[in-house]
Amino acid sequence: MSATTSNNLTVKGKHSDWRRVLSPTGNTGDAIFRVVMLAMGLFVVAVVIAMVVALASDSMLSVRRFGFAFLTGRQWNPIKGEFGALPFIYGTLVSSLIALLISVPLSLGIAVFLVEQAPHYIARPVGFLVELLAAIPSVVYGLWGIFVLAPFLRVHVEPPLAHWLGWLPLFQGSITGIGLLTGGIILAIMVTPIISAIVRDVLAAVSGSQREAALALGATKWEMIRVVLVNGAPGIAGAVILGLGRALGETMAVTMVIGNRPQISASLFEPSYTIASAIANEFTEATENLYLSALVELGLILFLVTFIVNGIARLLVWNVTRKTGGVGRAA
Amino acid sequence: MPTLRHVDRMRRITSGVMTTTTALCTLLAVGILLVILSYIAWQGIGSLSFRFLIDSPRPVGEGGGIGNAILGSVVLLGLSSAFGLPLGISVGIFLAEVGTGRLVGLVRFIVDTLTGIPSIVTGVFIYAVLVLPMKQFSAFAGGVALALIMIPIVARTTEEMLKLVPHSLREGALALGAPQWRVTLGVVLPAAASGIATGAMLAIARVSGETAPLLFTAFGSRFFSHYLDQPIASLTVQIYNYAISPYDEWHAQAWAATLVLMTLILGINIIVRFLTRKRF
Amino acid sequence: MSGVMMTKTPVQIPAPKIEVRERRHDASTPQREAAKTKVAVRELNFFYGRSQALHNISIDIPERIVMAFIGPSGCGKSTFLRTLNRMNDVIPATRVEGQVMIDDRDIYAAGTDVVDLRRKVGMVFQKSNPFPKSIFDNVAYGLRINRLTKSGSELTDRVEEALKDAALWTEVKDRLKTSALSLSGGQQQRLCIARALAIRPEVLLMDEPASALDPIATSKIEELVFDLKKQYTIVIVTHNMQQAARVSDTTAFFLLGKLIEVNSTEKMFTAPNEKLTEDYITGRFG
Repeated sequence: MSATTSNNLTVKGKHSDWRRVLSPTGNTGDAIFRVVMLAMGLFVVAVVIAMVVALASDSMLSVRRFGFAFLTGRQWNPIKGEFGALPFIYGTLVSSLIALLISVPLSLGIAVFLVEQAPHYIARPVGFLVELLAAIPSVVYGLWGIFVLAPFLRVHVEPPLAHWLGWLPLFQGSITGIGLLTGGIILAIMVTPIISAIVRDVLAAVSGSQREAALALGATKWEMIRVVLVNGAPGIAGAVILGLGRALGETMAVTMVIGNRPQISASLFEPSYTIASAIANEFTEATENLYLSALVELGLILFLVTFIVNGIARLLVWNVTRKTGGVGRAA
Repeated sequence: MPTLRHVDRMRRITSGVMTTTTALCTLLAVGILLVILSYIAWQGIGSLSFRFLIDSPRPVGEGGGIGNAILGSVVLLGLSSAFGLPLGISVGIFLAEVGTGRLVGLVRFIVDTLTGIPSIVTGVFIYAVLVLPMKQFSAFAGGVALALIMIPIVARTTEEMLKLVPHSLREGALALGAPQWRVTLGVVLPAAASGIATGAMLAIARVSGETAPLLFTAFGSRFFSHYLDQPIASLTVQIYNYAISPYDEWHAQAWAATLVLMTLILGINIIVRFLTRKRF
Repeated sequence: MSGVMMTKTPVQIPAPKIEVRERRHDASTPQREAAKTKVAVRELNFFYGRSQALHNISIDIPERIVMAFIGPSGCGKSTFLRTLNRMNDVIPATRVEGQVMIDDRDIYAAGTDVVDLRRKVGMVFQKSNPFPKSIFDNVAYGLRINRLTKSGSELTDRVEEALKDAALWTEVKDRLKTSALSLSGGQQQRLCIARALAIRPEVLLMDEPASALDPIATSKIEELVFDLKKQYTIVIVTHNMQQAARVSDTTAFFLLGKLIEVNSTEKMFTAPNEKLTEDYITGRFG
């Protein structure tokens, strides 16, 4: 026992225990700091858990009443108290599918151009412009959709489609400009900057030696690009699925141009309804508990679907993340 | 061999066609952007006036403006930033500096999940936990909903910016006997400050365009309000309401309000881009 | 040969570090003074932007020999190698002056078909870079894109031939459809050689092909090069002088973007003409 030398390196006595537990340095300030930061982190975890719990419990009424038939029911009738979500599921899936069909080739083209073809001094500003598409709020897309895109489609696009391809049930029915097709196109525009941004990162990460190997074997530029695309395939798949996740959850723009009629029709010209639009439109009008519960159940379904889709996407794009907070988009 | 030459020519033509196609794709995307922006400018400029920016909405035919909506948006952004920025930055610090082992993995997973949640679902959640108990719509609820959207964005940028700070900086401070919290707050955070700030600005730009979560939290209003426990107007909800109305005059006001909103959002994005440009 | 100054007195080299070892002599390695020139380079200057990387290089590369390029790091040997199949074209802001004649045609003349050039002049890179495809598809790649085979069976035969030429066939013949990335480093490099050989180039350029490999894999590659020279003109860049001595018939020594000396390998490493060469070989610099 040395009484004469005080050892400043050890934290003395029992008071050190709680500090030791909370921080490897045993310093008071550190312990407090770590606790506070940990609390913040756990708070966020708690919020998300609370979200799941709240959604689940508030939809219980509807779940118990309709069970699995909720997903297959075709009738959405608030007055009669009959709630079937199939029209919304249909509208959500088809509009997202149209969006991907249009957006994926477009996004790939943009990404290939910016990474493999454009010289640096063009690629950076043009890339910024494409990313700006993601900064436009959803409601603004909706506004533009109602007053510019829908009339344009009604006058210049849908009539020729009906004329040449009208034998397909896809292109029959009355032409108003408001409907599933318009919703899909607007979603395509909104989703393209996201997919192309990720694919750009994926392609840029492909090693240059792959490109050289192809060229040295006598490949043309396009053949070399195909090798790069093969290299980036998993990341591209992840980008597409991420785009899908965004499209599924889009609300405002879609609600403003899709017509908001809960029906299932083969025609793309017909109005339709998505899960997100239904919630947005009818939430404040839901007066009875069952109505509200059905809408919350829709929210729960949307939450689960986007959770799974985004999870799959993250697995595929694991290492390729956008560097900045993102020129993000609003719904 | 004549056949080989023909094949080669086809390959060359294919290559040319494809590379032209990709250029056209890019042109199309940029073109759409310019079309949308110019439409907003063209349609919006007509109804823009000083009165427009100050007045609250009036019945059709009496003019009116978006003054309350602008104020409302400012209030909501302020509220959401007040909650979202400290929390988001703290979570970012936790992920980058403090967290250990599986806890970090869990929190990061949760943050990623939060990013992917459609904002309308966030709105439903806040409705359930804030609006229903309070028995009314409120600016507070709207602010919290927006904060939930802001947090994962800010957390992710903060984490990335902190990770970019070189270890030598930390070690230098630690070697001088500074406790970890001092190093993080006093040395690392300031070093990453500009990156975190730009991340925050982008998050604010993103959140200022949100509509869906406000529809049943802040709800909207036709009056000026600054009470946090009352419904409050916002630019986005106002644009939505005007756009789906049957009146041309209100449509024109929707365009003008969009012009105001887009100026803000584009302004922030361009400034951030300018600040983060790489110097060669 | 141009670019080399003849000095009169042979140089005395104390304890040479490099031994030109006994090489297998078979019917294919008799003297070849009258060999045809495959590649003739005349006053080649090469610029990266404003800085000049190659100064006035002139050299003749006869066909069906192995020529080694040696020199310290940064001396331009890889850059020069890449001018022979115009791979430097993909780097922006590069400029070439002078002529590179392959079979008496200048490959830098306007209107040259670069794709065709790269079919005739194949390249193997320092670090193996197989495509993320199966072993078969890797070797078949060049054949497919250049449409060099007319039928599926012809394709399979050519792939097998190339893998045999690259001394890889026995090791992979049962797993041609498995991923190329599952091979070891040495095997991947031999796969890349097979891939290059499949399209039957006339010249094979090898940029430090064994530098990333262990000694056993390296010796396999060196044996391969020795066998290949019966059919191909091979130019191999190496920073390993022992390797150059083991493998090549002729050696060219580069320094700071200039060609200092070209000589038969045996002479190069025992009695070089230039003092600079002697200094490099005996380890006085580099």
